[in-house]
Amino acid sequence: MAELLAVQDLRVTLHTARGPADALRGVSFAMARGDTVGLIGESGCGKSITALALMGLLPEGAQVAGSIRFDGVELTTLPEAQLCQLRGNRIGMVFQEPMTALNPLHTVGHQIGESLRLHKGLSRAAARAEALRLLERVQLPQAAQRLDAYPHQLSGGQRQRVVIAIALACGPDLLIADEPTTALDVTLQREVLALIAELVREDGMGLLLISHDLGVMADTVQRMLVMYGGTVVESGPTAEVFRRLAHPYSRGLFAARPRLGLARGTRLATIAGRVPELADMPAGCPFAPRCGLAIDECRRAPVPPLVVTPGHEVRCLRWEAAAA
Amino acid sequence: MTVLLQAEDLHQQYRLPRERLFGPRPLVQALDGVSFTLHKGRSLGLVGESGSGKSTLARLVMALEAPSEGRVVFDGQDLNALSPAALRRARAGFQMVFQDPYGSLDPRRRVLQTVAEPLAVLHGAGSAEQRERAAEVLDAVGLRASDLDKYPHEFSGGQRQRIAIARALVTRPQLIVADEPVSALDVSVQAQVLNLMQDLQDRFGVTYFFISHDLAVVDLVCDEVIVLQHGRIVEQGDPDTLFRRPQHPYTQRLLAAVPGAALATP
Repeated sequence: MAELLAVQDLRVTLHTARGPADALRGVSFAMARGDTVGLIGESGCGKSITALALMGLLPEGAQVAGSIRFDGVELTTLPEAQLCQLRGNRIGMVFQEPMTALNPLHTVGHQIGESLRLHKGLSRAAARAEALRLLERVQLPQAAQRLDAYPHQLSGGQRQRVVIAIALACGPDLLIADEPTTALDVTLQREVLALIAELVREDGMGLLLISHDLGVMADTVQRMLVMYGGTVVESGPTAEVFRRLAHPYSRGLFAARPRLGLARGTRLATIAGRVPELADMPAGCPFAPRCGLAIDECRRAPVPPLVVTPGHEVRCLRWEAAAA
Repeated sequence: MTVLLQAEDLHQQYRLPRERLFGPRPLVQALDGVSFTLHKGRSLGLVGESGSGKSTLARLVMALEAPSEGRVVFDGQDLNALSPAALRRARAGFQMVFQDPYGSLDPRRRVLQTVAEPLAVLHGAGSAEQRERAAEVLDAVGLRASDLDKYPHEFSGGQRQRIAIARALVTRPQLIVADEPVSALDVSVQAQVLNLMQDLQDRFGVTYFFISHDLAVVDLVCDEVIVLQHGRIVEQGDPDTLFRRPQHPYTQRLLAAVPGAALATP
């Protein structure tokens, strides 16, 4: 299948109070239309920076190296005017917090129609008709009445449906969803994820889902990338990654999550230490200072991706010991 | 077992703003007859979705507002029958930990001021005693006495939640009401804070009223669970039984929605 998105050795340097810091240290992955890929990791691992880099929305002064090719076009060097033609048009984004993603002063119909008028040149009436169709598509009850509602008149789940409708308005090839259900209740979370999965399947677009929730990943994406310290430490088919948990960090993350059925009073396995600040990232494997298996070689230089099984890679010199 | 907290037939109504200029103000029934008993040293979990009345119940238990009907009895005292001065003294016995450690700590105050504030307010403790007690609780939550002179921005999310817990512990309360104490934290940090809360219970015999939307968290920490829907308790029991064989359709729906059911432990 033709590649929709190819990210090659992406490096992002941010300006922080403590000087330049590497937020992404060589991230590579590729996806085709119809692929669903998950980025998982904890605060500061670089998953949101990756999404922002794809959208060309990095903070002021950020330096980007490496390559992002979207449908054959290099995005890192693309002028802002042309990026604007892609954003919200061929690349849609669903944000975490629907209340802050929506403008409280405009009706939802207006906000959904905005990108249609901008990118597709639709008239006000045509955009409104299309907005109604989109609201029905994201299964918002009483869509016709809701077209003139303001965000504050909707519940959290309804708002997130509106945000999804906006992301889908122009029929994007790639949908980026950054923690789309973190602000929602569990039952709503399930509905919204099912909706996103269904829409992605129907339109054949690519889905890049960003989440910190291992359960959500297991249920939603075909392939996942585990990120830590600005690098992808493990990547592969979701079932395969969960079966092997080849990287000690993936393993630690998995063991740390509370799950139903644990006996009352069980202490959860924790990962020793804490995530180093960006400016303090070690030269070698970023996880080495917290890793029980680390050897001198781990600390010397960045670890290249090693093949576990074809398609399943891990940046860990000791993965065989970890998986043993 | 000694009863520490008793909620008796709690009702709470709120008036919404008028919909029409001369129309009546509509009423919303946030709690509709909630009763439960919490014994000393035990943990009671409260689960339910947004709007089910979880936070209203927490506010009533903390005596931050008075119920429209019913009583909250803490350690033998009806909290709403106390004089304001007596209620303030009683507050030393029950403290709260909030969800968001970024929002619940004042960024302009040093850790010492934040942690020791309840002591100053409740006991009129002197500054030497405040510092000593604050250092004691910081040690209990795994931070250092030298952290007392730092500001919240110098700490990570998990450390901030430890500070919030230290503040709740400083009056040596019998009850801690924790409203979603780990849902804003990363998975690995969440595990540390949950372990800490359990250790503190073993050490000091604290009683927890634990509010969470995460069923697995409640299952881990609590001896008993209440499922709240539309302001009513729809199911109640020990988590092992309740989560294994849920009887009420709402509990069944909550359980079915937990993501990653297929994930087994490797």
